[in-house]
Amino acid sequence: MTLIALANPSRFHALAARVLPWLAGATFVAFVVAGVAASYAPDDYQQGATVKIMFIHVPAAWLGIFAWVLMSAAALGTLVWRHPLADVAAKAAAPIGAAFTLMCLLTGSLWGRPMWGTYWVWDARLTSVLILFLMYLGVIALWRTIEDPARAARAAAVLTLVGFINIPIIKFSVDWWNTLHQGASVLRLGGSTIHVSMLIPLIAMLVAFTFLFITLHLAAMRNEILRRRLRTMMMLQADAAA
Amino acid sequence: MNLGPYADFIVGAYAAALAIVAALIAWIVLERRYLLRLIEEVERRGITRRSERRGEEKP
Repeated sequence: MTLIALANPSRFHALAARVLPWLAGATFVAFVVAGVAASYAPDDYQQGATVKIMFIHVPAAWLGIFAWVLMSAAALGTLVWRHPLADVAAKAAAPIGAAFTLMCLLTGSLWGRPMWGTYWVWDARLTSVLILFLMYLGVIALWRTIEDPARAARAAAVLTLVGFINIPIIKFSVDWWNTLHQGASVLRLGGSTIHVSMLIPLIAMLVAFTFLFITLHLAAMRNEILRRRLRTMMMLQADAAA
Repeated sequence: MNLGPYADFIVGAYAAALAIVAALIAWIVLERRYLLRLIEEVERRGITRRSERRGEEKP
């Protein structure tokens, strides 16, 4: 099957039905492996056991950002090729991205209270992630406000691409401004600064969370295709009644 | 596993993450059931998509 054939929503729906059980199984196995690795990770010499919060905070942050990047790529598909599957991918990713960004903010706050002495500080990293969360809510609201899916997709695509400017700001905020949030410690020039005993469970969690995101996104895309199918049928019903 | 003096914060963070993931899964599963039920209802009234009707007309 070619990629172009897969871009047909009905074919994609059928393929997703076949792939989803395998993805869900892989996600479960990945979380079991990551959970065992995280439980055996030693405490940090400064943070103590609170370092375990990093095993969910970092993957949540990664997926909050990744979902917006994915939505931005889909937005290009919407605006340049006007492809319905790009609209479906963008719409399905928004609530999932918002959920992981919320998870990032909550777990970060619960780590910050014992380590920094405060749940929240208006530093550049925290504020830019909060803005990302608010932008997710804005995109979701926009999708719900405009009834015609094609028009909603174009409006949401423009907002998504404008909002993409926040992504490098989040990434480099810790370099550009003096922040309470620590600098990059996983992806950085010169290699990771995290000890291998904590890096392995962190990477395992990153993989598990990414599998979870892909599974949830595919399932949400399948729902969105069903919603569009239902809308078409309702319109046909209205036409028949008229 | 000894979580030390900040156990409440660690357990709270994991509980929050679990609640969010559970809510996402519940939203997707329940929405799918709801949509499938609505589609079934509409199909029972004899409404099908044009593409499906074309499929039926094929010999």
